[in-house]
Amino acid sequence: MTLHAPLAIEATGLVKTYGETTAVAGIDLAVPAGVVYGVLGPNGAGKTTTIRMLATLIRPDSGSARVLGHDVVTEADAVREQVSLTGQLASVDEELTGRENLVLLGRLLGLRRVAARERADELLEAFGISAAAGKLVKHYSGGMRRRLDIAASIVVTPRLMFLDEPTTGLDPRSRNHVWEIARALVAEGTTILLCTQYLEEADQLADGIAVIDRGRVIAEGTPGQLKASVGTGALHVRLLDPDRRPEAAALLERAVGSAVLEPDPAALSAQCTDSARAALGVAELARAGIGIADFSLDQPSLDEVFLALTGHAAEEPPTATLEEQTS
Amino acid sequence: MSAATSGTDAADTAAVRRAIASTARPPRPGPLSAALTFGWRGMLKVKHVPEQLLDVTVTPVMFLLMFTYLFGGAIAGSTSAYLDYTLPGLLVMSVLFTTVYAGISLNTDLTKGVVDRFRSLPIWRPAPLLGSLLGDSVRYAIAGTVVIVVGVVLGYRPDAGVAGALAALAMVVVFSFGLSWVFCVLGLLLRSPNAVMNAGFMGIFPLTFLSNVFVDPATLPGPLQAFVEVNPISILATACRSLMDGTPDAVAILVSLAVAAGLAAVFLPLTTRLYRSR
Repeated sequence: MTLHAPLAIEATGLVKTYGETTAVAGIDLAVPAGVVYGVLGPNGAGKTTTIRMLATLIRPDSGSARVLGHDVVTEADAVREQVSLTGQLASVDEELTGRENLVLLGRLLGLRRVAARERADELLEAFGISAAAGKLVKHYSGGMRRRLDIAASIVVTPRLMFLDEPTTGLDPRSRNHVWEIARALVAEGTTILLCTQYLEEADQLADGIAVIDRGRVIAEGTPGQLKASVGTGALHVRLLDPDRRPEAAALLERAVGSAVLEPDPAALSAQCTDSARAALGVAELARAGIGIADFSLDQPSLDEVFLALTGHAAEEPPTATLEEQTS
Repeated sequence: MSAATSGTDAADTAAVRRAIASTARPPRPGPLSAALTFGWRGMLKVKHVPEQLLDVTVTPVMFLLMFTYLFGGAIAGSTSAYLDYTLPGLLVMSVLFTTVYAGISLNTDLTKGVVDRFRSLPIWRPAPLLGSLLGDSVRYAIAGTVVIVVGVVLGYRPDAGVAGALAALAMVVVFSFGLSWVFCVLGLLLRSPNAVMNAGFMGIFPLTFLSNVFVDPATLPGPLQAFVEVNPISILATACRSLMDGTPDAVAILVSLAVAAGLAAVFLPLTTRLYRSR
């Protein structure tokens, strides 16, 4: 992220309340153009409400935001001309076919009939949905539905795309496809605001991340910086011989820095700050002739990031969840 | 997903990049063009979910058969005499029942997030609402036509002929267009399509029965008769009856049109406001 790049999104002090519930309690964002910017947070943190304000779907109670240089309240149509929404934010029509959905959007965006049909076919082909083009969307598989969702939001290529939970519920293969499409969009100059609950997804795609909790931005930075603030996670080791666990624990204490005995009598784990030290720990065990059944290094989860940043778990207060669904 | 039939069940990144790079933004569509596009969407739904149409035509046809052959003789002396009386009323009933679906489909769009997609587009704000009601009007016309055709098959012959039947149909469709906005408001306020359906029919069902659709109100007890006579559905049924009989009742026709205009005047702005602020 360069400091002097023009900003695609510039929000100051956004607030939105619903009755007693404060969904967004004063959010500032500065998203440079041409990058993927991740908004990370658990359900109910205020992500969706924030994005709905930025996408002109709801008006902020206070604060202001400019998207691609236009005010989201006073110049809403100018914003709408250049952005598109996906996922829970703006659904495709399940009772139409994939092709009809794309033609419909093409027409609504101002394409003439023939051009709208040609564009629909081009997108169906590119996104690998041609074979199901004439089927109703409600019969689509999850991955296909998600691709149609994204195709629908690039019927006319937007300058900014709100990508909402693009891979929730997808198998790893479909997830990779979605990530590839997102990268292709950025390569062509579109800015993406990625809304996600997965640190790994933000890590894969985002150049910058804002972590949101209880309606506020509680941390901002690159994925690397964020992860550094929590460590790379934990090294898990399972020994062949449970009797040698005390010895292994002592070795790990020295090599990695900490060791925790797990309920499984053959297993132990160590929190570590970087993967090189974890590798060193495994090497030390091998050198001491302690047999290892298996070992793994896990990524810190969003829960751990949250715990580290906020001191509380990334749980969802029931009232906020309700609010996010109905707002 | 038919992965077997096509080698491309996944996105082709190169093609995606070409597709992303290839568009220039066209000028915004005009209000009329946007509304007609939404009307087209409504038509597609009729094509894909014809059951919806079946729901609202089967009930009136059932009523038509039941009332004509079961009660017709008792109520009007003969089944054919009763059919003459009740057919215009059943036309009204069947089309008005269909209007509830305007609210149901709006609520479905809302709960599924389709409305948000439309609201995120730079189009004339009321276009989605007007357009889908345009589409609904075609549905109203189809429902009405079914009732009239079944009536003709059973022996109903409007004195004013085809022209009278068409005039009555047009009358009902115009009234329904006004009434639809009431259900649109319900659709925007209530939580689920089912709630809209229940609330909608809870209102329209008794109103239809407490009218002159099925029986001549002359036999009713005083207070009920008074209600039936001012019930807009009675007035609409009277208007349709008069049009089909070739003796247009100017008062009933004008009052019906005024009620439709009044409903639209109150509930259309309410609908657009709720739609915008959701």
